[in-house]
Amino acid sequence: MVLTDALKAEFTELASHYPERRAALIPALHRCQEELGGWLSPEIIEAMAEWFEMEPVEVFSVASFYPMFFLRPVGKHIVSVCRNISCDLRGSQELLDRVCQVTGAKAGANSEDGRFYVEHVECQGSCANAPMMVVDGIYHGDLCPEKAEQILGGLDR
Amino acid sequence: MSHETYLLSRIERGDSHTLAGYEAQGGYAAFKKILSEGTPPKDVTEVVKESGLRGRGGAGFPTGLKWSFMPDQERDSRTRYMAVNADESEPGTCKDRVLMERDPHGLLEGCLIAAWAMSLHGVYIYVRGEYRLSYRRLDEAIQEARAAGLIGKNIQGTDFSCEIHMHKGAGAYICGEETGLMESLEGKRGHPRPKPPFPAGFGLWGQPTTVNNVESIFNVPFILERGADWFKAMGSEKSSGNFLCCISGHVEKPGVYEVALGTPASTILNEYAGGVWHGHNLRAWIPGGSSTGFLRPEVIDTPMDHDSLKEVGSMFGTGSMIILDQTASVVHSALVLMDFYEHESCGQCSQCREGTQWLAQVFQRIHDGQGRMEDIDLLSDISNGMAPGKTICALADAAAIPTHSVIRNFRDELVEYVQAGGHTAVSKKRALPMETV
Ligand SMILES: Cc1cc2nc3c(=O)[nH]c(=O)nc-3n(C[C@H](O)[C@H](O)[C@H](O)COP(=O)(O)O)c2cc1C
Ligand code: FES
Repeated sequence: MVLTDALKAEFTELASHYPERRAALIPALHRCQEELGGWLSPEIIEAMAEWFEMEPVEVFSVASFYPMFFLRPVGKHIVSVCRNISCDLRGSQELLDRVCQVTGAKAGANSEDGRFYVEHVECQGSCANAPMMVVDGIYHGDLCPEKAEQILGGLDR
Repeated sequence: MSHETYLLSRIERGDSHTLAGYEAQGGYAAFKKILSEGTPPKDVTEVVKESGLRGRGGAGFPTGLKWSFMPDQERDSRTRYMAVNADESEPGTCKDRVLMERDPHGLLEGCLIAAWAMSLHGVYIYVRGEYRLSYRRLDEAIQEARAAGLIGKNIQGTDFSCEIHMHKGAGAYICGEETGLMESLEGKRGHPRPKPPFPAGFGLWGQPTTVNNVESIFNVPFILERGADWFKAMGSEKSSGNFLCCISGHVEKPGVYEVALGTPASTILNEYAGGVWHGHNLRAWIPGGSSTGFLRPEVIDTPMDHDSLKEVGSMFGTGSMIILDQTASVVHSALVLMDFYEHESCGQCSQCREGTQWLAQVFQRIHDGQGRMEDIDLLSDISNGMAPGKTICALADAAAIPTHSVIRNFRDELVEYVQAGGHTAVSKKRALPMETV
C-alpha cells in the first residue's frame, strides 16, 4: 500500500469536516501529490480509490479534471508562467521564452535532466503584479526575463 | 480621491492577519453585539437588504435578498450551509486574495454574522488551490477564533454554534461558478448543475445553501456595525458601498484600490493607477474582468457601477479593470481570452464546448492574417448560438460577451487584420515588462 499511516490519519481528519467522506478527495489528492513524489501515479489512484471506497476510474476522472494534479511524472521544480491577459499585456511571452531557454524545457514538458517541468497556466490572481510565475508553489510577480532567470538560478539542483 | 475607506482600513498594521491585530481595531464587535443582544436573524438579513449590498463575485445580485431565499427554518429543518466563493479566477481579478491574506478575521466575522442570519450549521470557504498564503492565513485565523470561543459549539457561552471549514480547490475556472463550486466541494468534477433547483433549495449535499463571494461577505460586519444608511451613503444610487478595484495591464501603478462604486473609470485609471503607462494613449479597456468585454476609450468616463456599465453595453463583473495602450492589439488580447475559455469550458454543453473552440479558431485565423471578411459575421453567429441563456452556466456567455464587444467596438481592427493579412492596425511593437524592476 502506497499510502502511509500518517497520510491516512490526515485523510480521516480531512473527512471529518464533511458529511460525506468523498468531499475530502480533492484535498487528499493534494496531500498525496505533495508527499508521494509530485504526481498521482496509477498506484496512488488505486490506493485512493480503496480508501475512499470508489472505483479507480472515478478517482481518475476527478483528478484529470483539475489542472493542479499531474498524472505523469514531473520535474523536481515546477515553473508555471501565467499566459492570461494582464500578464500577456506586460510581456509573459518573453518571460516564458526565457524560462524555456534557461531550463531547457518546453512549455508543458519536463527538461531532459528531469530538473524542471515548465507549463503555462491561466490567471493566477496576481494580475496587478504581472507578469508573474509560480515556482514550486511560490508566487513571483513584477517580473522581467532577467529577474526570472535569477530566480531559477537560485533553485537547488 | 479623499473618500471614506473601510475595506482596506486595517491592513496597514503588520499583524492585521492575527486575532490580536483584528481585535485591537474593533474586530468581532459587530458579531458579539448581535450575539449578546440576541438580534433576531431576520433583522440582520433586513439590514443587509436595506444596505443595498450587491454581490462582488460577478453577477451583482443583492446579497440580503439572496439570504432571504433560504427556506424558513421552522418549516424546513434540513442542515443549512454557506459556501464562500474564494476561487477567484476571472482573468484580471486579484482582490479577494488581498482580503484573505491581510485581513482573514474580517471574512470570518462576516461568515459568523451570515451564519447567525441564516441559521447555518456550517460554512465552507472554497479557496483556489494556488492561493497557499490565503489558505494558511484563514486556517490559522480559524484556529485562533476557535480558541477564543468565537467558532464552534456554544459560541461565547450562547446556544449558537457554527463551524467554519477550509476547502482547497485544484485549479479550474469553472469551479468559481456557484454550482460547479458545490460539485467540486463534494469531491467531483466541477460540472455546473442545471438551475432550478437553486442552491437555496438544493445546494451542498442537497441541503439549503447560499454561495457568496469573499468581498461580499467581508462587507457585512461593517454594515452591521455602522448601519445600512452609512453604507448607502457611499457609492451610487443602485450600487452602494466601496469595492476593491484591481487595475492591471498597461498602467503606471497596477494594484488593488478601494474606491466608491460609481467612481468614473477614468478617475481610477488616472488618479489611482497613474494613468496609461509611458504616457501612451488608451486603446481599449475592460471594466470588470475578462468576461465583461472590450470598451472604447470614448467611454472611459463611465461610472464604475452596475447600471452605468450596463448602459455602455458591458457589466460591472468583478470590478477589475484591464487597460490596453496604443501598442496593444484587441484582436490579440481577444485571442488570449478565447484560448482561456476554450481551455476552461467543462464540456457538458455542446454550445459552449464547441463554441469556445470555434471562437478560438476563428480569432486565431484572423490574428494570423488568414481571416476572411465573412469571419466577422461567423464570430457573431457562433456567439449568438452560445448565449444568452442557452447553456447550463454562464461560461458560454463569458466568452460570447467579449466576442460581441470586439465586433461592436473594434470592427475597424478586425477589418484591418483581414484586409492587411495580419497585424498592422496598430504598431507591431509589443509592450515591454515594467522598467522599474
Ligand atoms: C464561469 C464562471 C466563473 C465564476 N467565477 C467566480 C469566482 O471565481 N469567484 C466568485 O466569487 N464568483 C464567481 N462566479 C460567480 C458565481 O457563480 C456566483 O454568482 C457568486 O459567487 C455569488 O456571490 P455574490 O452574490 O456574493 O457575488 C463565476 C461565475 C461563472 C459563470
Ligand atoms: S492574468 Fe496573470 S495573474 Fe492574472
